[in-house]
Amino acid sequence: MLGRILEIIRKQFRQMFRHRRMRTMLFVPPMIQLIIFGYAVNLDVENVRTAWMDNDKTPASRELLAAFQGSGRFHVISLPRDEREIERVLDRGEVAAVVRVLPGFGREIQRGRSPEVQVAIDGTNSNSAWLITGYANEVLALHGARIAEEQQAVRQALSGSAATGPRGPRLRSTARVWFNPDLKSRNYFVPGIIVNLTMVVTVMLTAMAIVREREMGTMEQLMVTPIRPIELMIGVTVPFAFVGLMDVVLVTSLAVLVLEVPFRGSMLLLLFCAVLFLMTSLGVGLFMSTIARTQQQALMSSFFFATPAFMLSGFAFPIRNMPEVIQYLTYLNPLRYFIEIVRGIFLKGTGASVLWPQMVMLFVYGVAILSFSAMRFRKRLD
Amino acid sequence: MTFRRTWATMRKEIKHIVRDPRSLVLALAQPFLMLLLFGYALSLDVDRIPTLIYDADGTSRSRDLTQRFLASRFFEIRGHVNSYDAIEREIDRGSVLIGLVVPQDYSRRVDAGTDAQVQILLDGSDANTATIALSYVSSLIQNYSLELRSEGRGSGTRPAPPIDARLRVWYNSTMESKNQVVPGLIAVIMMIIAVLLTSLTIAREWETGAMEQLLSTPLRPAEMVLGKMMAYLLVGVMDVAIAMAVGIFVFDVPFRGNLLLLAGASLIFLFGALCWGIFLSAATRSQVMAYQLGIVTSFMPSMVLSGFVWAIDNMPEVIQWITRIVPARYMVTILKVIFLKGVGLEALWVEFLCLLAFATLVFLGAAYKLRQKLG
Repeated sequence: MLGRILEIIRKQFRQMFRHRRMRTMLFVPPMIQLIIFGYAVNLDVENVRTAWMDNDKTPASRELLAAFQGSGRFHVISLPRDEREIERVLDRGEVAAVVRVLPGFGREIQRGRSPEVQVAIDGTNSNSAWLITGYANEVLALHGARIAEEQQAVRQALSGSAATGPRGPRLRSTARVWFNPDLKSRNYFVPGIIVNLTMVVTVMLTAMAIVREREMGTMEQLMVTPIRPIELMIGVTVPFAFVGLMDVVLVTSLAVLVLEVPFRGSMLLLLFCAVLFLMTSLGVGLFMSTIARTQQQALMSSFFFATPAFMLSGFAFPIRNMPEVIQYLTYLNPLRYFIEIVRGIFLKGTGASVLWPQMVMLFVYGVAILSFSAMRFRKRLD
Repeated sequence: MTFRRTWATMRKEIKHIVRDPRSLVLALAQPFLMLLLFGYALSLDVDRIPTLIYDADGTSRSRDLTQRFLASRFFEIRGHVNSYDAIEREIDRGSVLIGLVVPQDYSRRVDAGTDAQVQILLDGSDANTATIALSYVSSLIQNYSLELRSEGRGSGTRPAPPIDARLRVWYNSTMESKNQVVPGLIAVIMMIIAVLLTSLTIAREWETGAMEQLLSTPLRPAEMVLGKMMAYLLVGVMDVAIAMAVGIFVFDVPFRGNLLLLAGASLIFLFGALCWGIFLSAATRSQVMAYQLGIVTSFMPSMVLSGFVWAIDNMPEVIQWITRIVPARYMVTILKVIFLKGVGLEALWVEFLCLLAFATLVFLGAAYKLRQKLG
């Protein structure tokens, strides 16, 4: 039995690596994709293109400008003169935020009133808008606090002593950020991309390869040989598992070496979990091959599975934001578990002691879907 | 190039499509279901962040502070604990993102009028959520601090902050991510479906030998590309119409622009995407290769490099250049701008020109590739 399986594996490998183009397709696209997408998936807003409209033109308003620019978040690139120009730069997307200082700003501050500062933010990218809102609030609050302190200092100086009562408490917050202290969103997304690339390669290739053999009639030829369906199935899937593992190793190394995503856990654990995950994804590929008659159908069905699985895995869109029903649905999604594992290993350096529930789920899925597909596969052959 | 031969190719292709109802249903239902599912599920809104509180002070002062966190819809307090370790454990397990620690001497320091500190423990792995959360915590603390100080000064009334910040978000005042995700999704889904629809057609004809038969007819490559393309354009237009309807009526995404302009952009974009599929299948002559290349060149690039979620401005310069050859980038911009901003050609002409250039180039490329392979 082992001999026959090995024979199929050898045949499968030869088919896979016979063409140079196919050899390249198996490994190069995932690597290129990881690099490009790894650099692209970035939600951090660093330099907000800002328009500054100063209708006050006093030292106070210039100080505010300095505070905005000094924050390192805002980059003033445009000085609109009127309302219409503000609208134009926002409409065309030339700037993401407009700050408007109204006339009398300096005077009001001197009198200890609280003058208005208007900030208009482009909301077409809601996430950037959240960040910019936060930044603007922070800059204005900090600048306000400084003004308040200066005013108090002046009052104390005027009254000639510190006898004006206690200065009052000042509350500060210190933050300790774990796992990703630089707060780089890339570090969060890249593990998700690794998972997706692995899944696409394995599910689609398996489904396509098997249907192709059936379409070309070579499956019929294999059936008249003494090979048993289970042996054929193992022989067909093992090479893809191997390719999948190779891809995991390749893209993980690239992520660490080129994209500089921290890798704090154990590579061995990652590989072990990858094997667990490959059981599922190969099982799905096998299943797709049993429900499709043509390659086109195999592709469409794999895609029909892969896209929702990817989108609902929590790779970018947090699962806790989803409607409750869909949150429960994601428990059925093997990608969810693998992403949690990969993220845990990459960023948190967690081990099997924390990740075992996810690993158990992957194992259960893998066994279930593999045996289910194997049954169907066998029926199709008989 | 004659219209009659193009027409005949189109009719033949439509027959192919109709004859395989399963694929047709998939091609029509898939975009609809994807948009419906993802429109509901994919949200980047940051609110109700699971938070734990460790109040070591335990006085009415510290409770007043934690009350502020409870009152904000931004944080969802998952409970109170009695030690650092408990917070660490929960953050490790990923069940909360933030731990708020009020130190033992908090109320003593505030009452004495000296500086007090609270500590925030934060799971930074989701950096985006963490950054937004952090800026919220810091604003909240900043404002509360001002209140405390004026109270210390004994001026009974609530203080006005030194600067009255008036933030207004244009085009999407509630900052709901669905208003951005749904238009973007339409472009991404269109691109994928269009490329996949056609990437298999010519390759299939090579593989089944039908190409040899077509070779012996007077049919020209350009006619063939156009004919095939028109058949699939019909399917694509139906997809777009369905997707738009779902976006506007199901998800209530505001539609502020011109429908005709959007229809024009969609036609150009679909034409280009479909031709790209034909180009791939002519170039590879194999369904597997055509499809794989189709996925590689359409799905991930349109998702990641189009500005659909990840703003192009934030990418490194080199990647920004790469995004210029991703047609979905222009379509995503056009969709978002027409949907949300409601401005017209005066702000979008560059994007339109780029789409046109893309469609023309790819059409010529497909026809050329086909002639080369036929010759």
